[in-house]
Amino acid sequence: MSVKHSLLALLTQGPRYGYHLRAEFEERTGSTWPLNIGQVYTTLDRLERDGLIEDQGDDGAGHRIYAITEAGRAETEDWFAQPSRPSNPPRNELAIKLAIAVTTPGVDVERVIQAQRSATLRALQDVTRAKRSTGGESRPADLAGLLVLESLIFTAEAEIRWLDHCEAAVLRAARSGQLPAVPAAVSAPAPAAMPSRTAVPTTAGTSRRHTSSQQKDR
Amino acid sequence: MTGVARHSIPQHPLEPTVRPVTQGMPPRQILELHQVSKVYGDGITVVAALREVDLTVNAGEFVAVMGPSGSGKSSLLALAGGLDSTSQGEIYVRGTPLSALSTAERARLRRRAVGYVFQDYNLIPTLNATENVSLPLELDGVKPAKAQRQAKDALRQVGIEDLANRFIDELSGGQQQRVAIARAIVGDKALILADEPTGALDSVTGEEIMAVLRRRADAGAGVVLVTHEARHAGWADRVVFLRDGRVVDQATAQNDPHSLLADPIR
Ligand SMILES: Nc1ncnc2c1ncn2[C@@H]1O[C@H](COP(=O)(O)OP(=O)(O)O)[C@@H](O)[C@H]1O
Ligand SMILES: [Mg+2]
Repeated sequence: MSVKHSLLALLTQGPRYGYHLRAEFEERTGSTWPLNIGQVYTTLDRLERDGLIEDQGDDGAGHRIYAITEAGRAETEDWFAQPSRPSNPPRNELAIKLAIAVTTPGVDVERVIQAQRSATLRALQDVTRAKRSTGGESRPADLAGLLVLESLIFTAEAEIRWLDHCEAAVLRAARSGQLPAVPAAVSAPAPAAMPSRTAVPTTAGTSRRHTSSQQKDR
Repeated sequence: MTGVARHSIPQHPLEPTVRPVTQGMPPRQILELHQVSKVYGDGITVVAALREVDLTVNAGEFVAVMGPSGSGKSSLLALAGGLDSTSQGEIYVRGTPLSALSTAERARLRRRAVGYVFQDYNLIPTLNATENVSLPLELDGVKPAKAQRQAKDALRQVGIEDLANRFIDELSGGQQQRVAIARAIVGDKALILADEPTGALDSVTGEEIMAVLRRRADAGAGVVLVTHEARHAGWADRVVFLRDGRVVDQATAQNDPHSLLADPIR
């Protein structure tokens, strides 16, 4: 799991305590995935239990210091060497919704698609603004943060292109009579009625994946 | 543990030090389309390219227009730039109704206030890059030396100052496209209309052009960009979606830094 391995990788640069690790993780990932401090401590407990790190005691200022072990270093090298493979295929809430929409009579699929397209574009506007506000790439952490933002941009862009494709395919199918025409009175919820969280379907999906893989770990 | 730190979005570095004159005043409308329709042809070949479109672009605002091909994007831009006339409805540029202007007055308004990037560039092959950019200024009475200086600055902004003396047929498609963009941004135009201005550009150059348009908007211009690239529309304050000649939806930037963040990892 990426939080576990990220903390291990940070510890290869020297002993650290919990809050320090959280701050470094967030700085290096452009503060895109805020880390709960409770999650940091449970992860450290588990890493210690598995012999990947060791508790070096209090630093005198009330911080419990952890250091990486040889087994921990090997595990980190392994992580970098292995490709990241999300559960295949990753659960895609949007693809599921569209698949069900297309096959449910009376749903205005074009409207579902447009609501999502607007929401994703708003998210893209926000990420683009965040990218513009980063002051270049003078430090490695700045570059890392920029690359994380770029990954959000590429994901949103791909989603919009996929939506455009879906829309064209749905229109073509409707014209050739494969899909029933939508009666004007029946329609999907208006875009405004959608919760703002759907503005970032991809990152929301990511955090859900984190949660479920954690539960599998236990 | 609550109070998870989330980063705040600082002012971006392109923010001009001198704010547009609009600050603290009601927004100044640069462009307004009021119930605009456009019909091409007649009889059985009639095409309704735009249907009752309302759109307002304020000073300092960057608006992107997206839609499938044939949805009316180029028609909308051509009408806004006074290159063609509406079938119904009215278009106001800085408050002036275009229908009230003579052909000559319209041409002058276009030269002074409107920068237009054509989908097919529309450059003059017998002139070099600098001359293509400076010509509209000179036609408008700007002294040649000053016009050339402004033209060179515009070419610098789009990253091709070293090609200033090349003739158009000595330039690649992407370089020609950048000359066309330079011509549209030269001389602090109040309204910039760009029809798919990045089609021939690689993605990094395309982003540079977005930064140029963003700067013009931040300095007080109204900018309308037709694009099919979502990543470029992401630079806009507002995205207008066209379908079959109608505005079907608009997406406005939320300016909410939290909206782009996932829930904290627990
Ligand atoms: N000069 C013209 N004469 C006839 N039809 C036209 C003309 N220009 C555009 N159209 C039609 O108007 C519709 C909108 O075209 P256009 O504005 O170019 O769309 P877009 O730029 O979104 O692809 C299309 O159906 C197109 O065929
Ligand atoms: Mg067009």
